[in-house]
Amino acid sequence: MKKTILIALLTLIAMISSSLVLASGGGYPKRSADVDVDDMASLQHGAKLFTGYCLSCHSAKFVRFNRVATDLGMTESEVMENLNHLGVKFGGTMTATMTDDYAKEAFGAVPPDLSLVARSRGVDWLFTYLTGFYADSTKTTGHNNVIFKDVGMPNIFWKQQGVQEPVYEEHEGHKTLTGVKNVTPGTQTAEEFDKDMRDLVAFLSYIGEPNQSYRKSLGVYVLIFLVVFFGFAYAMKKDYWKDVH
Amino acid sequence: MEQKSNSLMGWIDARYPATITWEKHLAKYYTPKNFNFWYFFGSLAFMVLVIQILSGVFLTMFYKPDTAVAFQSVEMGIMRDVEWGWLIRYFHSTGASAFFIVIYLHMFRALIYGSYKKPRELIWIFGMLIFLALMAEGFMGYLLPWGQMSFWGAQVIINLVSAIPFVGEGLSTWVRGDFVIGDATLNRFFSLHVAAIPLILVGLIFAHIVALHQVGSNNPDGVEIKKNKDENGIPKDGIPFHPYYSVKDIVGVIVFLMFFSIVVFFMPEMFGYFLEHANFEPANPLKTPEHIAPVWYFTPYYSILRAVPSIAGSAFPGVIAMGAAIVVLFFLPWLDRNPVKSIRYRAGWYKILIAIFVVTFITLGVLGTLAPTDGRTLLAQICTFYYFAFFLLMPFYTKLEKNKPVPERVTMK
Repeated sequence: MKKTILIALLTLIAMISSSLVLASGGGYPKRSADVDVDDMASLQHGAKLFTGYCLSCHSAKFVRFNRVATDLGMTESEVMENLNHLGVKFGGTMTATMTDDYAKEAFGAVPPDLSLVARSRGVDWLFTYLTGFYADSTKTTGHNNVIFKDVGMPNIFWKQQGVQEPVYEEHEGHKTLTGVKNVTPGTQTAEEFDKDMRDLVAFLSYIGEPNQSYRKSLGVYVLIFLVVFFGFAYAMKKDYWKDVH
Repeated sequence: MEQKSNSLMGWIDARYPATITWEKHLAKYYTPKNFNFWYFFGSLAFMVLVIQILSGVFLTMFYKPDTAVAFQSVEMGIMRDVEWGWLIRYFHSTGASAFFIVIYLHMFRALIYGSYKKPRELIWIFGMLIFLALMAEGFMGYLLPWGQMSFWGAQVIINLVSAIPFVGEGLSTWVRGDFVIGDATLNRFFSLHVAAIPLILVGLIFAHIVALHQVGSNNPDGVEIKKNKDENGIPKDGIPFHPYYSVKDIVGVIVFLMFFSIVVFFMPEMFGYFLEHANFEPANPLKTPEHIAPVWYFTPYYSILRAVPSIAGSAFPGVIAMGAAIVVLFFLPWLDRNPVKSIRYRAGWYKILIAIFVVTFITLGVLGTLAPTDGRTLLAQICTFYYFAFFLLMPFYTKLEKNKPVPERVTMK
């Protein structure tokens, strides 16, 4: 009886607490990036897009070209010819083509370094951001973004994606942005464009933590070792304790 | 002694109490035989300390306490360029959280089995001092990676100091070593984190264990095993710590390491609780993050701070409440007036009070990670009220308890 009262009481408290705690959320729904950092083809394609587009303005100053070559299974010449557009040394890091002074003049701020952007923003946020530009004539760039309102970055992939327009839902006089629809097709289909962006986000995820695949594979062996070790330790404990009653 | 003097051990023992210490504290240190799950956390805390010291020593070799390069020395140097640096850092960052999980469970054990009661008051007080030192260690260590949360978390906490009337402003400048959090702050926090506080911690842990071995361990029945000795003066319910508990604690250590490894190798960020997402951005004094949350292990106390309304624009009452929430724990041995130690033989309704206390403490912790709303603030206020009522009313309600008979000897359930 006492236990029943206790459980009922605790459940009640937990329910009230969790309803208050969880009563938040909101914001634009993120699209699932669903990246695979073990897919070398995807990462290599992402690396090409990243160095071809993003590095014009952004840096990834913690990322070394030779490390990318090793991890993505590329040769030195492949990396130096296809990814390293500024001609820095093979062991050098990814710097932006644009200088900081020029960036300040052109955009009012230096674009953020992207080495760790996948860890600070998350891959789903990045995927939603990259696919979420829509036409907005009130902005100097001509575009706005579903998840990063009034972002200063221009929509650099507009040729591939085409033009998107915002979709709003009206609810008691409040207009909420719920999605985007394509109004002018680009050079790529929606599926092709999503795949490109997915590869790009996969590469960003990789540079965010280059060791992540190795970390997980090593973890499996560590756990197997611990399970075996546990077997021996438990048997030893049982043996020592057999006389304790 | 004469017979042994020819051996190497005899030579050493004549000059240093090696065998005596070994026997007094391990091989002939008699421990109750009925320890349960809750008794793993003492040895686990010690092991986490070792993990933190070892990983910390290696991190210190590569970390640079300079605001211009601190972030890079962690995120590029240690995480990318240093061989196995990422693993050592994840050990250290996961170890920090693990330390608090283990310590909170260790303290909860003391709470339910009355391990703070006579004659173990000093063990409890040394333990509370360890808890305080650990909070200082965690707080200062969190500034070192020099990320956004490092900076703004420290900003929020140091600003609390300036809420103290009259001396606050001067005091907070003294703590920072500057008018803003900067290089001077980072350098002193580094010094305190790697040298001063670890020394204090190790000293306090030594005192904690010395005090424990003076009176002997409590146990889940709260029975003093030293009251029932055999003809050789050995407690009837006692077994030597070594080998019995050394082999048992190894099992506990391995199970702990399994959980620890799952975090280190598969989810080192622990969904943003062990490594906050915003901390992957370098500290920027000009850009305040939308939502500043301290690391999870401080959030119960942070909630108490926010729950107390400010008076005349000063957050001082909240600061007092937060401090009092910790200070009140020091007095636990004298607040609890029930002579029975273990919860097993105390009133049923006392168990309910403890269960609600656990729920409120966790609720405060969860609320501390979230941005406040009116409903959440009210909930935090209710929980804060319960937190203080639970401790401050203890001298009254513990006298009203109808205890069950306490057995003469320990039980093996």
